[in-house]
Amino acid sequence: MMTMAVAAENLPEATPAANRASALGGFRRSDTLFYWATRLAALTVLALLGGIIISLVIGALPALREFGFSFLTTQRWAPQLEPTPVMGALGPIYGTLLSSFIAMLIAVPVGLGIAIFLTELCPMKLRRPIALAIELLAGIPSIIYGMWGFFVLGPFLADTFQPFMIATFGAIPYLGAVFAGPPSQLSLFNASLVLAIMILPFITAISCDVFATVPPVLKEAAYGVGCTTWEVVRRVVIPHTRVGVIGGVMLALGRALGETMAVTFIIGNSFKITGSIFSPGTTISAAIASEFAESADLHQSGLILLGLLLFVLTFVVLAAARIMLARLERKQGN
Amino acid sequence: MNPIYASRRRSDLIIRTLCWVAAGVGLTWLTLILFSLLWNGLAGLNVTLFTQSTPPPGAETGGLANAIVGSIMLTSLGVAIGAPLGLLAGTWLAEYGRHDRLADVIRFINDILLSAPSIIIGLFVYGFIVVPLGGFSGLAGAVALAVIVIPVVVRTTENMLTLVPNTLREAASALGMPRSLVIRRVAYRAARAGIITGILLATARVAGETAPLLFTALSNQFWSLDLFRPLANLPVTINNFVQSPYAYWKQLAWSGALLITLAVLALNIAARLIGGERTSK
Repeated sequence: MMTMAVAAENLPEATPAANRASALGGFRRSDTLFYWATRLAALTVLALLGGIIISLVIGALPALREFGFSFLTTQRWAPQLEPTPVMGALGPIYGTLLSSFIAMLIAVPVGLGIAIFLTELCPMKLRRPIALAIELLAGIPSIIYGMWGFFVLGPFLADTFQPFMIATFGAIPYLGAVFAGPPSQLSLFNASLVLAIMILPFITAISCDVFATVPPVLKEAAYGVGCTTWEVVRRVVIPHTRVGVIGGVMLALGRALGETMAVTFIIGNSFKITGSIFSPGTTISAAIASEFAESADLHQSGLILLGLLLFVLTFVVLAAARIMLARLERKQGN
Repeated sequence: MNPIYASRRRSDLIIRTLCWVAAGVGLTWLTLILFSLLWNGLAGLNVTLFTQSTPPPGAETGGLANAIVGSIMLTSLGVAIGAPLGLLAGTWLAEYGRHDRLADVIRFINDILLSAPSIIIGLFVYGFIVVPLGGFSGLAGAVALAVIVIPVVVRTTENMLTLVPNTLREAASALGMPRSLVIRRVAYRAARAGIITGILLATARVAGETAPLLFTALSNQFWSLDLFRPLANLPVTINNFVQSPYAYWKQLAWSGALLITLAVLALNIAARLIGGERTSK
């Protein structure tokens, strides 16, 4: 903004009639210049996306040529194996999807519950402070959640919750495999829980915004005919904002899928799929974060290919989320 | 009481209780995190933190001075590159592209970039800057942060400029002001608070970003201000220290985490104070 103000000062005054022609010429030039500066800047946004896709594809090519489709179906991850390395994305993909799924399973009901609490139940005096606190929490860097999970939550879960679940469900067929022991400070479940805590403020903040789009008249009318709070939420608020809520949840899902620092410390970085949520695993982003800086050649290319997969996955989820949120906005506009 | 009323009231009571519980659990949980951060971080807060560089393995003295300075350099350079670009792009979307199909596409792509995984941005900058330059550098880290800043600033700038009433623009045009002056002298001034809020929020967002720095700026154990070499910074230092076996390093990680959180909270609060209220997601 500063540089522009300076540029504007240099313009000649338009008042003296003799200078009018040159002044108008100067205006026209600066007009054109400004237009193209802004337009080029807007096009860099497109260029960024193009650059991301190109750099990922180029980087991933060697691995793509080497492994082809088997990259998606192989579980083994042995980039240093002689003579031919083996790399498969099945482990990280499984870990990414499962940890996000568990995180959403926890965070969506709690987040929506808090949003309903804030918009319908909370005493008026407390609404602003609580909403503000939640928004501030949504801005805390994910590495903070990650290190808290590593130092505090991991040991706590390994001592209390995990032994309890293993003892309770371990003996039941099928279900037992999901909760198979031994308890571990580094596990898929611990990472999912940290992820859930991290996206919780985000889901709450966005749902509050979405719920705020319901016209008060609709809610008042429903309360007026004797609806209970739950009925107002279920029959008026949710139907009116369904698209927006789903969009917000998918935005949170996009975040959970690509989150790196909240999970890397605590997930254990194991590429093996065991079926138990208490065993170590890995996600795409955790694998890249922990191996990329020390990788080279085919190993690095394989990691970039993982990154490309993650980008495609999040792109689809985020695009769907944005389309849904845009639909809510349009509905609101009408 | 009528059994239908009774069952309606019962389910209402259950849901309301669940919502209270959700709010209670969620808020307690988040307070717990802040509390343990304060508790562990404050224990290591002293002057050496700001005067000495990061210690070698096993040492019992040392601070985070190089990482703090590096983080400030990376963040301000990232914002210095990203904010003007984002500002101009947002201006085009709001002022010139309102009825342009291209603007719809750019807006959509920008929204996607806004929440794209930051580690992907790191991979992108690695391929475009680290490899051609031949090594990790502070510059690459700053560019990675700039890539994250741009979509945030584009979004807030566009929103804020759209809120400026058209009558202001019409009045300025009626006086004979050319279009670019109308934007710079009138629209920018009317939207100034909101635009500054957006830039502050973007700064807060990148101040704690770790993933894109892991293989762009890397980290540096020594005092260095050279942008063409690996540059120490708080997030990556924390990342390295958390997983180390040394108690003193872990203590430094907590203190560093506290510093980052305080900085991010301060930026967020400042943004809200300037902007009056929340402006954009």
